[in-house]
Amino acid sequence: MSTPSIQPSRDPSVQYLLRLGDTCLILGQRLGEWCGHAPILEEDIALTNMALDLVGQSRALLTRAGQLGAAAGAPLHDEDQLAFLREERDYLNATLVELPRGDFAFTVLRNAMVATFLRLMWTRLATSSDSELAGIAGKAVKEARYHEQHAADWVVRLGDGTDESHRRMAAALDTLWRYSSELFDADAVDEAAAACGLGPRWSDLRGDWEAAMGELLADAGLQAPKASTFLTTGKRGVHSEHMGFILTEMQYLQRAYPGGAW
Amino acid sequence: MVSTLALDASGDIARAWAVLHEVPDPEVPAISLCDLGIVRDVRRGADGVLEIVLTPTYSGCPATEQIEQDARTALVAAGLGPVRLSLQRAPAWTTDWISEDGRRKLREYGIAPPGPVAPGADVPIRLVRRTAAVAIACPRCGSEQTERLSAFGSTACKALYRCLSCREPFEHFKPI
Repeated sequence: MSTPSIQPSRDPSVQYLLRLGDTCLILGQRLGEWCGHAPILEEDIALTNMALDLVGQSRALLTRAGQLGAAAGAPLHDEDQLAFLREERDYLNATLVELPRGDFAFTVLRNAMVATFLRLMWTRLATSSDSELAGIAGKAVKEARYHEQHAADWVVRLGDGTDESHRRMAAALDTLWRYSSELFDADAVDEAAAACGLGPRWSDLRGDWEAAMGELLADAGLQAPKASTFLTTGKRGVHSEHMGFILTEMQYLQRAYPGGAW
Repeated sequence: MVSTLALDASGDIARAWAVLHEVPDPEVPAISLCDLGIVRDVRRGADGVLEIVLTPTYSGCPATEQIEQDARTALVAAGLGPVRLSLQRAPAWTTDWISEDGRRKLREYGIAPPGPVAPGADVPIRLVRRTAAVAIACPRCGSEQTERLSAFGSTACKALYRCLSCREPFEHFKPI
């Protein structure tokens, strides 16, 4: 026996919140995979602490998405239903965060890319026309700063470290960079959010993000790869081959034991 | 606050504050919920029920539900039930709200209390730095010769440090 899937609202404001909430949720899940596997104990603790923050941010965003969906006429879905009972195509995270965790260089570089993006996003959302979202953002921006600093420290240490650490960081950059295009690919969902003051178009953050990342990569002795036409579509629900596997692991318990709680 | 107390004819609001002053934080039991600065308001709802407004420390703090439960249990045990608890996110909690008494208790417990949240804290500092920009005094020997081992400790709100004078490791409650 398993729990049937739910269908979230297609309202643009709901989609906007799910994009952000799912990006936090899936990165949190990926970071949680480091529990017991990080190179040193301190990093094991750091990565899982950041995973907790991200899951907490996601809980708040999914709760709000469920409320806005209900206001738009959909059935009211709570954070757990939205986190565990959607089909793959209804998850709207950026593809970047669903990629397997890779090595430690890959993980900290992705963290730097996402934390910088989220810090800029939360800063803007702190003045959202939706006071609930503004409250979530006002809290989360403080956490994103710590995440960004942690990740940036490691990008510099490894990029400007030994030949081996530099090689690994350069390889991670070569793989990850192309996935950043999706973060700044705005569409009708962004336009609707910008029009009602819910939040910025994701594309509005591009200049600040590129400036911050450029500075970081320069400090680390790394160079951003040339822009390419490669564009992923996770936030429109069309994911990489990795998404099904991570959802299987995340959803197993709720599907097998409906309503199961700690 | 004065007006709230003036309306507190039964004294229940003052009693509720006193009770919450004795409810320990589940993760740092040396200090109370009030010392931590997460009790934002105690008031009487329109229907006469006592309302407690709490604010979460971190988005992902796993103790949030425990805190609500502990507060409710203590208030009901003190004869102040039923109570209604609500979470208020804005304005976001800051370590600047930890009381002076709370800071002293943290230090005695072996946790270096947070300094003031620096203006310009919104600009991330990108440096490989093992020693902190602001000296964190060792809660055991008071030495300011300390180094950071990790930005994250046993909970998200703490960082791990080591004293270079007495060589003891200790935790630091991060300013946020």
